[in-house]
Amino acid sequence: MITMSVPRFWRKQIARYNLVGTYCKTCNEYFYPPRNVCPTCRRDGQIGEHKFNGNGELITYTVIHTAAEGFEGQTPYVLGIVQLEEGPRLTSQIVGDPKEMHIGMKVRPVFRRLGQSGERGMIYYGTKFVPA
Amino acid sequence: MSVGIVSYGAYIPRYRIKLDDIAKVWGDDAEILKSGLMVFEKSFPDVDEDTATIAVEAARSAVRRAGIDAQRIGAVYTGSESHPYAVKPTSTIVAEAVGATPVLTAADFEFACKAGTAAVQTCMGLVASGMIDLGMAIGSDVAQGAPGDALEYTAAAGGVAFIIGSKESEITAIIEDTYSFTTDTPDFWRREGMPYPEHGGRFTGEPGYFKHVTNAARGLMEKMNTKPEDYDFAVFHQPNGKFPSRAASMLGFSKEQIKPGLVVPRLGNTYSGSCMMGIAATLDQAKPGDRIFATAFGSGAGADAFSITVTDRIEEIRNSAPKVEELLANPIYADYAKYARHKGKIKLA
Amino acid sequence: MREVAIIGVKNTLFGEQWDRSFRDLVVEAGVGAVEDAGVAGEKIDSMFVGNMSGGQFVEQEHIGALIADYSGLAKNLHVPSTRVEAACASGGLALRQAICAVASGMDDIVIAAGVEKMTDVPSSKASSALAAAADREWEGIMGATFPGLYAMIARMHMHKYGTTSEQLAEVAVKNHFNGQFNPIAQYRNTITVDAVLSSIMVADPLRIFDCSPITDGASAVILAPADIAHEYTDTPIYVKGTGQASDTIALHDRRDITTLDASVVAGRRAYEMAGLGPKDIDLVEVHDCFTIAEICAIEDLGFVKKGEGGKVTQQGETAIGGRIPVNTSGGLKACGHPVGATGIKQAVEIVQQLRGEAGKRQVDGAEVGMTHNVGGSGATAVVHIFSRNR
Repeated sequence: MITMSVPRFWRKQIARYNLVGTYCKTCNEYFYPPRNVCPTCRRDGQIGEHKFNGNGELITYTVIHTAAEGFEGQTPYVLGIVQLEEGPRLTSQIVGDPKEMHIGMKVRPVFRRLGQSGERGMIYYGTKFVPA
Repeated sequence: MSVGIVSYGAYIPRYRIKLDDIAKVWGDDAEILKSGLMVFEKSFPDVDEDTATIAVEAARSAVRRAGIDAQRIGAVYTGSESHPYAVKPTSTIVAEAVGATPVLTAADFEFACKAGTAAVQTCMGLVASGMIDLGMAIGSDVAQGAPGDALEYTAAAGGVAFIIGSKESEITAIIEDTYSFTTDTPDFWRREGMPYPEHGGRFTGEPGYFKHVTNAARGLMEKMNTKPEDYDFAVFHQPNGKFPSRAASMLGFSKEQIKPGLVVPRLGNTYSGSCMMGIAATLDQAKPGDRIFATAFGSGAGADAFSITVTDRIEEIRNSAPKVEELLANPIYADYAKYARHKGKIKLA
Repeated sequence: MREVAIIGVKNTLFGEQWDRSFRDLVVEAGVGAVEDAGVAGEKIDSMFVGNMSGGQFVEQEHIGALIADYSGLAKNLHVPSTRVEAACASGGLALRQAICAVASGMDDIVIAAGVEKMTDVPSSKASSALAAAADREWEGIMGATFPGLYAMIARMHMHKYGTTSEQLAEVAVKNHFNGQFNPIAQYRNTITVDAVLSSIMVADPLRIFDCSPITDGASAVILAPADIAHEYTDTPIYVKGTGQASDTIALHDRRDITTLDASVVAGRRAYEMAGLGPKDIDLVEVHDCFTIAEICAIEDLGFVKKGEGGKVTQQGETAIGGRIPVNTSGGLKACGHPVGATGIKQAVEIVQQLRGEAGKRQVDGAEVGMTHNVGGSGATAVVHIFSRNR
């Protein structure tokens, strides 16, 4: 189950809703998911916040038939690695017909339910992608 | 000072089910239903869509359409009868997702199918009083209809967001006036904790829909001293195709006037989004100077009537976000099994 | 730094062991290895235990002490026991820590063990526990599963190098073939390419027969300084090299989706330490948690050119009797994958091969062998090189 405690999810909620990440002013590298230390510049890096527009490209993908716990209601679902225009890559579900997916496909972000902590618990919202 | 719609955005999930496929499950006569309801197919959400995600997509579309700085939005009100949480606002999710937080007021509205227009009126008041710069009013629903119930043939998913403001250069459609007619009429309800609404069958018609819609519409026209011929377009809450057509003819509006906004035959009833969807579809086509008459209805019961005049600004912003017609295009047709799964009608252990 | 040798080894049976508990398994492996080495309990200086997720699989933490206790090493002897965790590389890392302890001169006789009891929870819970080896906050919450992550590697490998589903299937077929000769293997049946290709899809393009199973099992080895190894055994197997490397926890942050840089670097470090290269290795146990993982591994460790792993597998180069036999034990695929034990089991297999005790799966004249153990989708890799010659 993707039960993530409420504060744990909430802490990075804006990053998930609005693709807010970070970038290193020293080497101009962008990070999503956000990082507080630049792997290239380390302590010489200056980290600032950056909101990504979310346009990107599908690097690779799979169609998941045996779901992770808590995702049974969504099978089959497409999981992919998306490279954003600014460079960073992230893992996300790609909404759409598995048959229309292909490596190199342009994608754009949408706001969706990521999951929920059972019928009584919190609903997790965030960003997924659709073919652009 | 005038207030009006600065921007608008709509969202409709891509999934559709044809009435024939629902009728097949329950052994009903699809032809009779289609001609009776004047609804042929309806939208339904993806497995990971709900009222909040639809509201966010509509809200983002509205922000994008007019290039709004979301930090100017001082209020977000989301009207729905299918809020994902019984307690915990949908509007905070929307406000965060459009970047309007943290200096704003927000709340969720519920008034059956007119919760969205109630939010519009509230924003008008806040904007006109100078309390806020811009207000966002949303009608969004993943409407519920019990399996086998008549509502199941029409209850659809979709949402519309209006950004209400008072800066003359920004207003796309001036809301000249609004008028509401409200009584306590239990024609339709859903009790706390119940998954599906109950309704009074034919009682929802005359004492519900028609009484309130016609009284609000006539009230507004009397107040403003206007008549149906003064308007280029008209939109009435569209629970099906028949009710708005009949309301229009009762009030003296023509078929041509309601045509651009009558999206229900291909969409179904998006409840809180219904009337606003009609207005959005009409704005998608209207020319500067056109006048739109709109009346929303919510069971319980009440009706909100609006008199709207489109400004030159419409031409500048219209194409910057998807039009209702574009959202209706490229549907994904699915059978009842998929529909039932997406709507949570099949329970996983 | 002192040279280190392995003087005793033991694997339990691998598989679904309904009647045996976590502690039953690890005690059998530990005691068995001690017996194999013929070493008295009083001689044991320390113990390192690889275990990925006792917390989730049997709701038991404090694994080090528990195991020392039930192995009879705690109450009177008070032997220091340390749990090591790096997801599926926990066993390999426990071995490396044990090697470091002996090499440093701090300890002489050291046990390196690994254990996982995975069938006390439903398979959905087991998958969930395994998924914790990925980035919970940025992969798991999006619905990523381990087969899903490796499927994305496979898709990319196919796209980039033309690797086929048939080639992936050949890995499973070969490992099942080897597994039939391994008395501890979970699966001792042979399978065909058609059977793999017609098995159910788990995460496209990976099918159920592309995946390693859920397994109970434990393994242990006993280490000693090379100088005194002959006091315990006639066939000590020497540790010639060890290398470990880390990479990004999430697959999406890797330099290249189809290369496990951690494997490349851990391999390089082990080769450098041993003063050997891929050509010197007679056989290798690689981390084939999925068929694609074996293909990546033999490329990343330098046995074949990048992109040719599928092709050479299909050509039989990695079979017993081929150019470089891979996973003679049956690998994770057929022998089973009790995650914390796997890294130790790989060492046990190599030791048995180098001693010439591998029966029908024996690689003739094997002198130098390698193990390769991976954590997660490649965030940790640990490689060891062993030789029968000092």
